[in-house]
This record gives sequence, structure tokens and C-alpha cells, in this order.
Amino acid sequence: MSQSYLLVALPELFLLAAGLVLLVVGAFKETAAGARLVSNLALGTLAITLVLVLVAAPDRAVAFRGNFVMDGFAGFMKVVVLLGALGTLAIAQPYLRREGIERFEYAVLVIFSTAGMSLLLSANSFLALYISLELMSLPLYVLAAFQRDTYKSTEAGLKYFVLGALASGMLLYGVSLVYGFTGTIFFEELTALYLDEEGAELPLGALVGVVFIAAGLAFKLGAVPFHMWTPDVYEGAPTAVTALFAAAPKLAAMGLTVRVFAEPFGAFVADWQQIIIAVSVGSMVLGAFGAIGQRNIKRLLAYSGIGHVGYALVGLAAGTQSGVYGVLVYMTIYLFMTVGTFGVVLALRRRGQSLEQIDDFAGLGKDQPLLALATAIFMFSLAGIPPLAGFFGKLYVFLAAIEVGLVWLAVIGVLTSVVGAYYYLRIVKLVYFDSAPEALDRGMEPELRGVIAVSAVVTALFVVVPGPILGSARVAAGALFP
Amino acid sequence: MLEDYLPILIFLALAIGLAVVIMLATLVVARQNPDSDKLSAYECGFEAFEDTRRKFDVRFYLVAILFIIFDLEVAFLFPWAVALGDIGLAGFWSMMLFLGILTVGFIYEWKKGALEWE
Repeated sequence: MSQSYLLVALPELFLLAAGLVLLVVGAFKETAAGARLVSNLALGTLAITLVLVLVAAPDRAVAFRGNFVMDGFAGFMKVVVLLGALGTLAIAQPYLRREGIERFEYAVLVIFSTAGMSLLLSANSFLALYISLELMSLPLYVLAAFQRDTYKSTEAGLKYFVLGALASGMLLYGVSLVYGFTGTIFFEELTALYLDEEGAELPLGALVGVVFIAAGLAFKLGAVPFHMWTPDVYEGAPTAVTALFAAAPKLAAMGLTVRVFAEPFGAFVADWQQIIIAVSVGSMVLGAFGAIGQRNIKRLLAYSGIGHVGYALVGLAAGTQSGVYGVLVYMTIYLFMTVGTFGVVLALRRRGQSLEQIDDFAGLGKDQPLLALATAIFMFSLAGIPPLAGFFGKLYVFLAAIEVGLVWLAVIGVLTSVVGAYYYLRIVKLVYFDSAPEALDRGMEPELRGVIAVSAVVTALFVVVPGPILGSARVAAGALFP
Repeated sequence: MLEDYLPILIFLALAIGLAVVIMLATLVVARQNPDSDKLSAYECGFEAFEDTRRKFDVRFYLVAILFIIFDLEVAFLFPWAVALGDIGLAGFWSMMLFLGILTVGFIYEWKKGALEWE
């Protein structure tokens, strides 16, 4: 029996063991070459983990006394998160080398954090949820402060840590309330608790607990009203780390949020629906209006990320299987758009200096036509303009909201997308219609080129071959609604 | 259910009420006659020497953190040793795994020079 336990959690165990091995390898080979070696080994580790998740049995399996669950939903989200970690680690390598902060710890921290994310998506009790959330977050705090001799990066790390600790506290408090009023922390027992009672109500104390849990999760998602850290941390952290923040932990937190609300509290949609709707509307509006005045591309992408979480939550607010399906499609598409966009930001250089201002995009269309094309694809897609992938992401979540009668929510979503389109299109205008006094650097590292190309192709051609993403997302959403 | 918490509520009200009363009483009843000597910062009869928020060597933190890790490890080893007869082979190997992970951390900090003070 214990052997099958280990088999169920094989990808995570492999990831953690590999992280420990890489730590020792790095400690004994502490040179630039060692850092490169560890980074490449880490890429290989993530790729192998991805394969292990893909070949794992698709049936639902529970391990570690009900604390760990592997089902279609977890499998799908794990693939997406691992892709995000893989892509951002690949583009981090050349960036760290250029910035002179190439240390092997970077890759090791990414591995540990990814293991936390993977465990998070399989969490089946609040205890497992909390521990894996911390395993995910602690390396991220360190990564935010990775450029430790600059003021901004350490500030980002400290801010993220202090606010993250606050959010963890709120989450724990909520968990303790839920445990106090229901007597269990296991998701399956919570689901079964009110299953046979017709019209059962969640005890008031447990409902307060759910609100606190939602607050803790909203922090990790960077959703309004717990978004304050996002712009500062995104701007202060090294760009490669920001890319990781935008891609992997956000997706893991979204997967977890969906599971928590759909599984243990699935019977009480009416209770938590208003929380999710409020968070969603707030995020969409703030994401759209907050980004307008930004001059720094990383801050702009932070607000854009807040907005996108809001759109994805529209699907969760519907509280139906098609809503969760919409969330999964949205987050998968968001992953490719955001990794690609950060790839472009990392490629943007003048005289070897990394650029972060929005105005620096001027003249890209003349200097680097292909990169400019990719930028245009990502921006149009982020704005949600058909036939690019971003449009379909929004389409499915809005459809799910309309199905359950939340037409006004979908209308707000469409209106804020129109506002958001302004700042995405402004970047396209800068790229193609403005010129800069000095040319941008040509040529970029093969890793960067590859990641941008793959993201751009997926974003642009989703409309031609939507099958793989839509099909597996449908299966994954079905796993949560048996 | 909620009435079980009534004593706590009464206690809270008493604690807050008493604190407020005492603070107000010192303001209202006591004679207040401040001068510059009474209001100045005071350090064992001397003028204050320097700012209290002093920089100090980060290595103290490092040693403290390392101490805590291994302190907790020992605190964890005692109940494990007592219960080893009951928890069997799985318990034994769980602890070995835990110690192994700590050892990896130890190797790392050793190679990083965290244990040297020069």
C-alpha cells in the first residue's frame, strides 16, 4: 500500500529529490560554469517531471491518508504550471548572466518552489494546502530579493515576505474557523458533510472562515483587494523573477482556489459566489484603470495580471463545470501570453542595458521586425482581440457567466476589456509608429528566441488547432464535477 | 455554543475597561508638571549615547538560524526515539529521510562558509 502511495506522488517526490541533489552539486561547483550546469540540470528535471505527470494514470488517486489527491484537474494544472516554470527558467538563464547575478541557487529555488506549486495543486486537506503554499512561497520571497545589492530588489523581497506572512496568517485563521465549526480539515469529508442534507447551510463561523480563506488565496492570486503588493514586487524583482511570478505561482494559486471552492465548499455556491464576484469585479476594474498611467512595463504587466485574474474569476463565479472549464482555458492561454510578453521585455536592450520603460518599445518595428510581430501578437491577444487566443479565453468565461444569469458580470468584463485595450494597443502603436533616437540591440539568446517563438505560435494559432487545450481542459474540469 | 464564550467577553471588557480607567486616571488626577529634563531620553543616568537601531553583523543572524534548525531537529528526535518501538520501520526511515534532508542543508552551508567566523 505504501508503495502505491509513493507512486501517486512520484512527480513531486522526484522534483524534491532532484532539488536536493542539485543543491549539493551546486555547493561543490560554485562557479559560473557550475551555475549554468545546475540551471541546465534543473531544466531537465522540470522536463522529466512534466513527462512523469503526463504519463501518470488519469484516474483519481488519493495518497498520504487523504492529504494528497491526483486527479485529472491536478494533472492538467500541473502540466500548465510546469510549462510556466520551464519557460521562465529557460529565459532567466541569459538574463541572470547579463545582470551578473548568475548563481546556482536560482535554479534550485525555482525547483523547490515548483515542487510546492505541484503539491498545492494536489492538496486535499487544509494542512497539505498550507504546507505546500509555504513551500511555494518561501523560495519566491528569496527570489524576489535575488538581486540583493540593489535597493529595489531587496525592497520587493521584504514587501512580498511581510505581506505574504500576513496573508498566510489570514488563511490559517480561516482554516481554524472552518475546522472549529465543521470538525474536519479534509476536503473529501467537508464535501460529504452536507451531501445528503437537502438545503443544508454552512455554519456562520465556517462561512467567516471561508471568507478568510478567500482573502488568503486572493493575496496569492494578486486579486483586488489584496493586490497592493503586486505592482511593487513586479517592478522591484529582477525581470526573470517577475516572469516566474506572473506565470507559475499565479496559476497554481488559481488551480487551488478553484479546487477549494468547487470541492469542499461546492455545495454552497450561493454563499461564496458573492465573494468571488466582488473580487472579480474589483480586479477587472482596477486592472483596467490602474494600468493606464504606468510608465514601467513591469508595473503595467502587474496591473494587467490583476485584470486577467479578475476575468478568470468570472468563470469561477459561475460555479458550474463550464465555468471551471473557462477558468482552465483562460489560465492556460494566459500562461503563453504572459511568458511570451516577459520574453519580449527580457529581449529589449539598448547597448547591452535592459530596458523597462514603456517608451523604450518605440522603434522596435523597424529594428527587429520579428520581435515586433511577436509583441503585437501578445498585445492584441492580451487585449482579447479575435482571432487570437486571448479572445477565446475571455469568450469561455463570459459564456459560463451568462449561462447562470450573471449577464451584468459579463458586461462589466467586456467593458473593462475595452478600457484595457487602450494600453495594450498603445504599446503596439509605439512599436510600429514611433521611432527612437537610438536603435535597439539586435540578436538574442537561443533560449529567449525559442520561448518567445513557441508562445507566439501558440497564441496566434490557437484558433486553428484549439483541440489539445480545449479537450484536456474539458476533461480536467469534469474531474472536479463527478 | 456562543454563550460558552461569555466569560471571555466579560474578561475582555474588564481588561480593556480597567486599562482605559487607569490611563485616564493618571491624566486627570495626577499632577502634571513637565520640564525639559523630565521629558528627555534617559539611559541609566547618562545622556543617550547613540541611536538604538544599531547595525550589527549579519553573522549573528546566521548562527541563530542555524542553531534553531538543529535545536528543533533534536527536539524532534526525542519523541521519535521514545516512540520508535511503536512506529516501526516506516517511522525509522521517515526520520532518516528527515535527517538526510537536514544533512544536505548542512553540506550546503558548510561549503558556503556559513560556519566560519575568521
